[in-house]
Amino acid sequence: MPTLSIDGKKVAVPEGSTILDAARAADVNIPTLCHHDGLEPWGGCRLCVVDLWQPGWDDDWFKLVTSCNHPAEDGMRIFTKSPRVVETRGVVLDLLLARCPDAPLIQNLAAEYGIEETSYAKREEPDDCILCALCTRVCDHLDIAAIATVNRGAGKEVAPPFHEAPPDCIGCLACAEVCPTGCIPYETSNSRRSIWGKEFEMLRDPATGQAVITKAQAEFFAGRNGVPGAYFDTSDTSKRREMAKKFVSLQILE
Amino acid sequence: MRIESKTAFESLQSEARARHADAQAEIHVCCGTGCLANGSKGVAEAFAAEAEKRNSNGGPPLVVKPTGCHGFCERGPLVAFKPSGLLYTKVKATAVSEVVEKTVENGEILSRFLYKDPTDKSRIEQYSDIPFYKHQNRVAMRNIGLIDPTDILDAVAEGAYAGLAKALFDMDPDQVLDEVETSGLRGRGGAGFNTARKWRSCKKAPGERRFVLCNGDEGDPGAFKDRSIMEGDPHSVIEGMIIGAYALGSHEGFIYVRDEYPLAIVNLMIALEQARAFGLLGTNILGSGFDFDIKISRGGGAFVCGESSALMLSIAGKVGEPRAKYVHSTAKGLFDLPTVLNNVETWANIGAIIDRGGEWYASMGTEKSKGTKAFSLVGKVKNTGLIELEMGTTLRHIIFDIGGGILADRPFKAVQTGGPSGGCVPESLLDLPVDFEKLTEAGSMMGSGGMIVMDDRTCMVDVARYFLAFLIEESCGKCTPCREGLRQMLTIYDGLVEGRGKSGDIERIERLAKGMQLGSLCELGKSAPNPVLSTLRYFRDEYEAHINDNACPAGMCRELTAYRILEDLCGGCHACFKACPVDAITGEPKALHTIHHDACISCGACFDVCPDQAIETFPKNTLFETEVV
Repeated sequence: MPTLSIDGKKVAVPEGSTILDAARAADVNIPTLCHHDGLEPWGGCRLCVVDLWQPGWDDDWFKLVTSCNHPAEDGMRIFTKSPRVVETRGVVLDLLLARCPDAPLIQNLAAEYGIEETSYAKREEPDDCILCALCTRVCDHLDIAAIATVNRGAGKEVAPPFHEAPPDCIGCLACAEVCPTGCIPYETSNSRRSIWGKEFEMLRDPATGQAVITKAQAEFFAGRNGVPGAYFDTSDTSKRREMAKKFVSLQILE
Repeated sequence: MRIESKTAFESLQSEARARHADAQAEIHVCCGTGCLANGSKGVAEAFAAEAEKRNSNGGPPLVVKPTGCHGFCERGPLVAFKPSGLLYTKVKATAVSEVVEKTVENGEILSRFLYKDPTDKSRIEQYSDIPFYKHQNRVAMRNIGLIDPTDILDAVAEGAYAGLAKALFDMDPDQVLDEVETSGLRGRGGAGFNTARKWRSCKKAPGERRFVLCNGDEGDPGAFKDRSIMEGDPHSVIEGMIIGAYALGSHEGFIYVRDEYPLAIVNLMIALEQARAFGLLGTNILGSGFDFDIKISRGGGAFVCGESSALMLSIAGKVGEPRAKYVHSTAKGLFDLPTVLNNVETWANIGAIIDRGGEWYASMGTEKSKGTKAFSLVGKVKNTGLIELEMGTTLRHIIFDIGGGILADRPFKAVQTGGPSGGCVPESLLDLPVDFEKLTEAGSMMGSGGMIVMDDRTCMVDVARYFLAFLIEESCGKCTPCREGLRQMLTIYDGLVEGRGKSGDIERIERLAKGMQLGSLCELGKSAPNPVLSTLRYFRDEYEAHINDNACPAGMCRELTAYRILEDLCGGCHACFKACPVDAITGEPKALHTIHHDACISCGACFDVCPDQAIETFPKNTLFETEVV
């Protein structure tokens, strides 16, 4: 098990861990925006930068690396609050605040780094998307890939193909759920759901009339994992009720 | 046609060399991209038609070869004659029959096609006497201009694949690695990483399957050396890759070329096909038992796909976005397998190094930067074109001896090297010997060998802004500092060149630049502030003039600059009147002309056409002051 020090705290982590994993094990907070434990590390937001020193390097030589995707190795020394770490995170947050001046998540993080107001030009038409790509990555991860980042550089955005209702979207809402700034709009009710300009019919529990999931989602999972289609006909609440009834009848038998 | 042994290859070589032994003359017509644009295709066709006419009459034949780029693009279309060594410049298709009749038949030299030296106005006959060529030393570009790139026998006659034959039959893979190490060759793509070290670290990586890649995604504004190599001598690249694959034990290679280089793609495809037909590529190469083949992968033209990890994702069919390289691509590259990626020019050097020995290569250049380097010389210099020189040549020698000095003999201001990741080197550093270390110390970098020469009429703030505008289009947008930082940087620069600069701008630029250098994911973002920082380092006074005085000292920023005609100098030639696109100039021929500032858009057209240098620029804000008074 590689043993490393995070801000002076010694910590041993399993092989294959990242510096971020090690910091969490050592109870040292590193802010992240594009990281999600369920997804491959991406290293895009650059907020989780730390200063790294490795055995074999000169004593005064450090490298600024992203902790989310850098492997943790034996003997490493990590500094999460060095002046240039703080400064780099400050620039990143200052820039994100100019991009998303109204996003509470960014406002609060920036305030932690002493930034109340951005020093740069605010976006003319601000939205809350920080382009962390969690939404597109979770969609990819589910093997759906209905949305993607399109264009390059300053024109980059998250969008369905050709800005039309995405044919592959199943209306699962994973993208909206994972979005750290909650900027993917959707509407959902017992009868219908809409997201990315696409309308979905809901499967409803015959017993309660409550919406379960979208019909497209049920079909997708039934087709992929061999889950019986009928599994989705009842809601979790109804399933729990059924289960409870079974328990009650068992007790009576006893 | 398949060559199955070393002896068979050697007899192919002698056969290829003897092919044109009885020719009366060989006529090499440059069909590089620059000359093609100037009409060289018609010139080559006209020569071919003349040759056919003459050759059908019997007698010693005329051989006409459309070749790759000779480099002297400024003077195209270029026609070189062998064995006489004569070079004609700016040849028109209509003049071809006269050239054949007088020069080829009767040895008469037509002086109007000879290169005219800009300093002493003398006409120079010999290719090798022209200063542009005299000072060059070509290794990577050794065969460009000498061969028809679509004829493999031409390349073989000039020595192509000799290095490969030597490697396969006289050396084991480790000896090839040792030879490359002895040569001291460093990556020609920009960063200058030691080639042998890269190869060794890939060879050490565990795995049965490994790849050899060639980076032909050259995208820096003003750079075209890789393009010319792929177009003019694709065999040098292919040979280098086969030798590399042999050293590494790889059997699969890819050449990644941007689709904006259509001629490079066509010539590479022809070369690959011919090499396969001759048994130089594919299974059992030259009968040695070694297998290796190359595929071409065409890129969509994203600058960022020249970055190694983005390039590999692009070959794999994914979006070309860089990833963290904490695990090197030599261990986990294309398809997550061990991979060596080298630049076109690096590969083009390998065959020569194996053929002539690592020590020969290492005898050229400086202590840490060995060999030669190709540069694309462009901008405000008299002889623009493609050159290759020993490392350690000074900027002054490149710009003034080879480049012939500054256009219209204006004062030199700076030279931008290394493209958008590089920086501007000022006049005080003209005697800097060009190598990887020296350029980095000067705040610039080698990059892909682009050199943009600038005169006194270049605004350095505007130059930095130009590169930012390029980069903001080309940043992949994955990481925050590069995507958002460039956008903010450009906003500040737009303010500076439009007269909205304010105090604190320089400090905000510097803070942003540092954040981008430290925080960006890939080298594109980390090096994006270089044009900004180098111009700030050497031309800070220009920034201050823009901010404090609302003035552009170079007289280029339109919003800050006004034009006026100097009474004493105006000859009344009426040229400015005709050039003005908005009718802001009045005056009768042979009389003094006047610029009307209310209509003038500060485009500078009058300035450029004035033969008397009677037009001068001045800060626009002083114009309003005088009007108020």
